[in-house]
Amino acid sequence: MENYYQPEIECAPREEIEKLQSERLVAQVKRVYENVPYYKKKMDDHGVTPDDIKGIEDLHKLPFLSKADLRDAYPYGLLGKPLKECVRIQSTSGTTGKRVVAFYTQHDVDLWEECCARAIVAAGGSDESVCQVSYGYGLFTGGPGLNGGSHKVGCLTVPTSSGNTDRQIMFIQDLSATILCCTPSYAAYLGERMKEMGLTPDQIPLKSGIFGAEAWSEEMRQDIQKTLGIKAYDIYGLTELSGPGVAFECSAQSGMHINEDHFIAEIIDPDTGEVLPEGSTGELVFTAIDKEAFPMIRYRTRDICSLSREKCPCGRTHVKMSKPKGRSDDMLIIRGVNVFPSQIETVLLNQGYTSNYQIVVGRENNTDTFEVRVEMTPEMFTDNVGQIQELQKKLAAGLLSMLGIKAKVSLVAPKTIERSEGKAVRVIDTRKI
Amino acid sequence: MSIKQISVFLENKPGELSGMTSLLADSNIDIRALSLAETSDFGIARLIVKDIRRAAMVLSEANFVASTSEVLAFAVPDEPGGLNNLLNKFNEAEVNIEYMYAFLDAEDKDNAYMIFKVTDIEKSEQALVAEGLKPLTQEDIDKI
Repeated sequence: MENYYQPEIECAPREEIEKLQSERLVAQVKRVYENVPYYKKKMDDHGVTPDDIKGIEDLHKLPFLSKADLRDAYPYGLLGKPLKECVRIQSTSGTTGKRVVAFYTQHDVDLWEECCARAIVAAGGSDESVCQVSYGYGLFTGGPGLNGGSHKVGCLTVPTSSGNTDRQIMFIQDLSATILCCTPSYAAYLGERMKEMGLTPDQIPLKSGIFGAEAWSEEMRQDIQKTLGIKAYDIYGLTELSGPGVAFECSAQSGMHINEDHFIAEIIDPDTGEVLPEGSTGELVFTAIDKEAFPMIRYRTRDICSLSREKCPCGRTHVKMSKPKGRSDDMLIIRGVNVFPSQIETVLLNQGYTSNYQIVVGRENNTDTFEVRVEMTPEMFTDNVGQIQELQKKLAAGLLSMLGIKAKVSLVAPKTIERSEGKAVRVIDTRKI
Repeated sequence: MSIKQISVFLENKPGELSGMTSLLADSNIDIRALSLAETSDFGIARLIVKDIRRAAMVLSEANFVASTSEVLAFAVPDEPGGLNNLLNKFNEAEVNIEYMYAFLDAEDKDNAYMIFKVTDIEKSEQALVAEGLKPLTQEDIDKI
């Protein structure tokens, strides 16, 4: 039997959802126009006023917001509420690179946690569940989001955060955890480790898993389900929009329901910006209609997917998005960690290398492989093998401390990394999702 | 009395070594001796060539990373114990060998030639001369 956290919203008739969306959109647009100079200027430049927005049918009249706007307005330029009403920030990783700092009022935290609670209940969670949150805690939204959702549902929450695999397994076994929340690659790794320890799926108490923050394939889902003996649910979100829980999978496992009472989704042609008809594949654009501190209007996610309003057997009426096919952005998620090429560049330049480098990401046995190839320089070269291996080790250590994950370092001959005209091809990602 | 060796960085992949040798062949540079050190992902080719300055130039023009270093060369009598006697002298002189490699001269039936990379070349050389060993000069090598 399908369970809902807020059935009156999750299964509301379409007309009701759209009426609510229209009301909230009109109010939100008025609010940002009056309170956020950045939005006012953007709308004025675009020749649109709050009076032009009478409902969701007018959404397309509003200008897009992009990551570049977030950068321009960093840190406080898009704030929709006075700072004294804000209670939290979350951020994407990146000591350099495109850091996003998102703000939350208590209302925003609550709505975010509610979204996560819906995902947990859809995955079979209840106040009798033991929910282990193995996403990272801290600035990253994964841990705090699911942690809050788990509290709202009333699960016994086990906040292990990421890492320390043997301890994770100990808690799963000793406390009989029934729900696991983490990145899919970490779930696969946990499964592998438990298998090595001789644990069969029926000896593992887990019943379901909520896995997101990185792209994963259907094959990977099957593998994880088999090794851990669970049902694996996808979850989607962006820090800009609050975090995980913007959309989540139900028992049908055929796309993620977008929480439409908070987020309006559109699919556009990424080149022309034109809104595409339902079912088309294009760039996902979100408007957060109920968020206060960091209200995103027509935010371009760079995620490529499609939307479907087909009736879902689970009973939910909210629109479903397909698994994003890829992000045109330059941020990589490797083993669940956000990696910006610019961070890698910083380490390389600090250690005397040139900026001619390449990041090679692949996937073997459901775990991401990560290699950084960089050109050897005449200044560094010696005829001593040991000294060159020392250089490799030093670079690997530098990358580990910057990124938090291990990279294989390969030194290559000068001028062997392909130069391109214009934007360099820094990333080779062969992961098949 | 040391001689010069040129070392070249090579990626561990097919065609890398022949890329270097064909470049040297095209430039008419004669390789007298060659040794390769390899790891799982890169290698270092160490060469004794005639006209090392030109070799360094053509290699760097073709984007190879190369560096020159000083090594010691000795003629070793081609007979049982020949190398052992030489190494005993290194021992007595307390000279540490980083690596070494050998080559032969078709004209010289009595000797093999050994190249030694040692840690402190000046100190080593003094100590070895004191033990009665005289390394070959660049001229000696060029004549081989």
